[in-house]
Amino acid sequence: MNGAHDLGGMHGFGPINPDPDEPLFHAPWERRCFALTLAAGFTGQWNIDASRFAREQMPPAEYLATGYYEHWLFGLEQLLVERSMATPREIASGQVELEPKAEARILKAGDVTKALAKGGPSERPVEAKPRFHIGDRVRTRNINPATHTRLPRYARGKTGTIHLAHGAHVFPDTNALFAGEAPQHLYNIRFDGTDLWGPDAEAGTCAYIDLWESYLEPA
Amino acid sequence: MPHSHDHSHGHDHSHDHGHSELSDLELRVRTLESLMVEKGYADPAALDALIDTYETKVGPRNGAQVVAKAWTDPAFKDWLLQDATAAIASLGFTGRQGEHMVVVENTAKVHNMVVCTLCSCYPWPVLGLPPTWYKAAPYRARAVMQPRAVLAEFGVSLPAETEARVWDSTAEIRYLVLPQQPEEAQGLGETELADWVTRDSMIGVGLPRRPAAEG
Repeated sequence: MNGAHDLGGMHGFGPINPDPDEPLFHAPWERRCFALTLAAGFTGQWNIDASRFAREQMPPAEYLATGYYEHWLFGLEQLLVERSMATPREIASGQVELEPKAEARILKAGDVTKALAKGGPSERPVEAKPRFHIGDRVRTRNINPATHTRLPRYARGKTGTIHLAHGAHVFPDTNALFAGEAPQHLYNIRFDGTDLWGPDAEAGTCAYIDLWESYLEPA
Repeated sequence: MPHSHDHSHGHDHSHDHGHSELSDLELRVRTLESLMVEKGYADPAALDALIDTYETKVGPRNGAQVVAKAWTDPAFKDWLLQDATAAIASLGFTGRQGEHMVVVENTAKVHNMVVCTLCSCYPWPVLGLPPTWYKAAPYRARAVMQPRAVLAEFGVSLPAETEARVWDSTAEIRYLVLPQQPEEAQGLGETELADWVTRDSMIGVGLPRRPAAEG
């Protein structure tokens, strides 16, 4: 979706201003929100693409006016409702009204280290041969889905060169909608700065972007 | 719009001084936690363990170990550049947000830096959780278009002949920059070298530097 999250190439946000002494979390609620989001992921009721899509649905003005963990909190509340795990009334009151969802698993403290070390690989075996090979010139499609995609706006309709072939990976555009993993070949593509930004590119710059096969056509 | 909005809500409302009013966010998250625990979706001890993992166990010291080993062990460096996931796993760093790793090497001709323009993808097993600036709009908006200007803000001035390569983490592949070993750090051992490797040098917005004297 063409949301406020798709920030690459936007102007007007000002300097970066890194804070060399910042704490990992800025308030106790950020710490708990982080942990709740991870724990909720382990209930098995959604996937990482769905959780990104949920955060992207925060209204644009709100997204830009709030911090990272507020995006996470919005996404978590949204998914709990969408997956019939809680009602908005429960989330507002904290009082249980609806039976817990029976299929939801729970991450126990003793399993945390193992679960994190295992992670969630996205590579999948596929029958299909890769359509493109390292060195091929490709053009990204000009698509504007109203739902989740990982083809950023700044890289649509642009020409680049296949730099790496990553094997086949879960396709976020379908997985975010619970419409299947539909794995596809994934490539890293090099785009020269001028091919992305025209005469406004800085000299001697380029971007390397990971893109799925269906985002691409031969150039 | 202040650029530092990520900080402000924390600082405005919750100074951690005990009796002050709880912020709306603090209340909202407490309510949600109590609901999730009550419904059997979250175990409070697991929440503590998740937080403890990233506050005390997993952080940029892991990545610094990877870089220092690559600087001192050519066979490991080759492996790291060929199959970063396996090479990094051999040091015990695996899992969430680092399932598929690629390491990109800085040289005199090429400078790499990493961003996630669409969200905040970051290689957790080697760098821990990302800093606020990495997740905030200015860096995500500008890194891909103006890498040299962004680097200059971090105090890195790139020679005109050095190409700036920006890696936008749009898939589940996570990128780690292998910085150049400083001249002054030649000949040091792996343990000493790890102290030269900063978090920012592995994101690609900084350079390794002499560790501050202890004391």
